[in-house]
Amino acid sequence: MGEDIGAYGGAYAVTRGFLDEFGPERIMDTPISESVIVGAGVGSALAGLRPIVELMTINFSLVAIDQIVNHAAKLRYMSDGQFSVPLVIRTVTGGGGQLAATHSQSFENWYASVPGLKVAVPATPYDALGLFRAAMKDDNPILFAEHSLLYGMRGEVPDEWYEIPFGQADIKRKGNDVTIVAYSRMTHVALQAAAMLEEKGRQAEVIDLRTLRPWDKETVLESVRKTNRVVVVEETWKTGGFSGEIASTIQEEAFDDLDGPVARVGGLDVPAPYNGTLEAAAIPNSERIIKALSDNYGI
Amino acid sequence: MALLRVFEERAAEQYMLGKIRGFLHLYIGQEAVAVGAIHALGRDDYVTTHYRDHGHALARGLSVNAVMAELFGKATGCSKGMGGSMHLFDASLNFAGGYAIVAGHLPLSTGMGFAFNYLNDNRLVATFFGDGALNEGEAHEVLNMSALWNLPVVFICENNLYGMGIPLSQSMSNTQLHKMAESYGIASAQVDGMDVLAVREAAETAVQHVRSGNGPYFLEARTYRFRGHSMADPVLYRSKDEEAEYRKLDPIAQYGEWLLSSKMATQKKLDAISAEVEKQVEESIAFAEESPFPSPEDLYRNVYAQLP
Repeated sequence: MGEDIGAYGGAYAVTRGFLDEFGPERIMDTPISESVIVGAGVGSALAGLRPIVELMTINFSLVAIDQIVNHAAKLRYMSDGQFSVPLVIRTVTGGGGQLAATHSQSFENWYASVPGLKVAVPATPYDALGLFRAAMKDDNPILFAEHSLLYGMRGEVPDEWYEIPFGQADIKRKGNDVTIVAYSRMTHVALQAAAMLEEKGRQAEVIDLRTLRPWDKETVLESVRKTNRVVVVEETWKTGGFSGEIASTIQEEAFDDLDGPVARVGGLDVPAPYNGTLEAAAIPNSERIIKALSDNYGI
Repeated sequence: MALLRVFEERAAEQYMLGKIRGFLHLYIGQEAVAVGAIHALGRDDYVTTHYRDHGHALARGLSVNAVMAELFGKATGCSKGMGGSMHLFDASLNFAGGYAIVAGHLPLSTGMGFAFNYLNDNRLVATFFGDGALNEGEAHEVLNMSALWNLPVVFICENNLYGMGIPLSQSMSNTQLHKMAESYGIASAQVDGMDVLAVREAAETAVQHVRSGNGPYFLEARTYRFRGHSMADPVLYRSKDEEAEYRKLDPIAQYGEWLLSSKMATQKKLDAISAEVEKQVEESIAFAEESPFPSPEDLYRNVYAQLP
């Protein structure tokens, strides 16, 4: 269920062909009513279905945030397990396409604060497929955030069945000198930074969190204990970003392993401007990651 | 109805004694709506309602003990103390809540209706809400989509003429709420919500319409709450005279008079019913008192469903 997922083929072409393959009873175009899209997803889950709904972008999730946070996330708890919400909410996140302030945001970090929700933020086709399979089997409400600029990315997926559990990060690049923690599109920015560091003789370990709730604390800590230096990179505004949660956890649990304060690189605290140069300046890039490491660790 | 009335009155007393905490929204005066309407439903139909939900829960058949214990926050409550007054649930009776967000359950009810159509199983959902719920945007999204998709939803609007303290005329541009539903292409009617027989008849019409595959139905029941919005309400926004006028229309008194005058019951029988429900409610208070609280280990239970 979602806006323009059927006849239009999906705003980002994700569901192109679905209508022909699955028919109009299973692929339902809705009016522009996000609150009911999510709420009807919750309600039909309460009545025994296993729905997948789409919010065209995470920006529009704000119109449905009551249904996500107050209803989807809490009904199992408030009913003492009598009712469950096996619901997947697919949505598109992120900026960088010059869509301006109200169409360029990433709120996965807000939803990752909510007990009762799970949040996935895949960065590659392999991870997206594996996590989505896990999401469909999960009996909990899941926000599945796909980055708008990653839809064009190609990647190998095996023919054999596989799934990726939530709460399992992926080390995209191994290294001993510094840990870069990232998720979603920032994983690729982190890998660019790692390539630049290699030219300077430093090997970075890039950890892609893949899910924010739950998130894989152990993999991150293990890496930090090895490298003693860490930067957390995130696209959304630095203030209140999930990088704060990660940084705080690292310094609480691996304080003695740190050679300096945990570095954080996040979106600048501005609404996204339309102008391309300014927009790019507000989003983390590899230069800023390099600078943060230099500032905090002198490397 | 008598059970609902006595339950609410005793619950109010327990609230004043500090046994019930948080918010308590009493259904006193509106009993005919829940009782009359739920009578028209089948066992497999779903019921959802707003936070003034004790009446609907009891009318649906939830155990008096379990409801009182839930209000007391005890582990023997229908939601083991995790939901409280505004979040009563009982899956075995298809009572799908008790919701605190005004109009928040309307989209859920749309989804339930969708599921029943999808499964083709002839069930419907009866969803109760107040006049205030129609202030919310999502209520209108719901009316639109339910009509558009021909969903098996019986909308029961309990119009008690006030939001918290705002009178209907100051919050709705069209105070004939069922007419508003009509504008979405939904069959609708208005009924005297103080007359339990009229409510039941109107609800039966609604259920018949919906179960025959004609799409949703909107029933506006005009009623009145004799107490404030909640226990915290000093009720400064309406006059005692107005309340007195509406008390003359007490649904229980009306029905009692009708039973007596039509010889369907004797005064003795009515007294026996009164005594019986008083006893049930007293017992439920004792039950709630003696029940244990949930333990600290219960805090994290059911935040998530465990993976199979």
